[in-house]
Amino acid sequence: MWRYLVPLGIFIVLVVFLSIGLKLNPRDVPSPLIGKAAPAFSLPRLQQADQTISPADFKGRVWLLNVWASWCVSCRVEHPVLNQLARTGEVPILGLNYKDGRDEAIQWLRERGDPYTASAFDEDGRVGIDWGVYGVPETFVIDKKGNIRYKHTGPVDQKAVMEKIMPLVRTLEKEPA
Amino acid sequence: MKQLILLLLLVCSTSLWAGVEVHTFENPAQEQQYNRLIAELRCLVCQNQNLADSNAELAQDLRQEVYEMIQNGATDQEIINFMVARYGDFVLYRPPFKATTAFLWVGPFIILIAGFVILLLVIRKRRQAAAVELDDAAQARAQQLLNDTNETDTP
Repeated sequence: MWRYLVPLGIFIVLVVFLSIGLKLNPRDVPSPLIGKAAPAFSLPRLQQADQTISPADFKGRVWLLNVWASWCVSCRVEHPVLNQLARTGEVPILGLNYKDGRDEAIQWLRERGDPYTASAFDEDGRVGIDWGVYGVPETFVIDKKGNIRYKHTGPVDQKAVMEKIMPLVRTLEKEPA
Repeated sequence: MKQLILLLLLVCSTSLWAGVEVHTFENPAQEQQYNRLIAELRCLVCQNQNLADSNAELAQDLRQEVYEMIQNGATDQEIINFMVARYGDFVLYRPPFKATTAFLWVGPFIILIAGFVILLLVIRKRRQAAAVELDDAAQARAQQLLNDTNETDTP
């Protein structure tokens, strides 16, 4: 009896481990910034180069930071989702235009629509490093106190918005500022 | 002709150097520190390469960051803390031992010990199986069988 049960047991354990491994996304590196204060920055705006934008401008509101670039292919996939989210007007989205050219980025938004309350122009990617950006697009949810509460790596889809991001935003809205 | 081709290949190969960044250091200690750190830190874009090997843009930026921090006199620990604060323990090829990484560090040894235990059990079982005690009747029968074959074999 044992002769057959032991290999079967080992086989089942292996199958369980491998199937968990298949479902895990190796690119989804947990961010150490979750629960911590959003890294401060002051960057020129994309469209108005003479004005600056900073996370401090969103203090007291729940907001999203979306890292994007015109050279980023996956950003094209998530862009309609962001446009739709922006139309609801439920949550402001700050764009972080990461290592991009100003003209290309502006042109890109002109063609595809601009879901961003404002876009910060991070030409050399320094702010991206401070936010631990390693794969564009990335989306952060920041609470009223200015703490990062959630990070989504890769393109945001309708499912992520409906099931993760918006429920979290609505919960955070109820927290005191 | 052969020499000419070789020469041509040699000239072409210099374009390889175009992708290599040149950093100048004030002293050899700093250069060593730089090389040590970029070998220890993992690139997050191509996850099985370190910063030294990777040519991803993020790796280039992070190398630059390490370089500048060294120029400003940062210690290894300061630079590692900077990276871990942004990218987590994942950037380290040798993550610190703590609750979340315990299995990573101890797991292989546990499996090794388990392997030894199983091996010992198997060996012991085999030994027991080999050393079968024969009672008198079995002994006598064995002897008889041996005698029988002896008689038939000898002419």
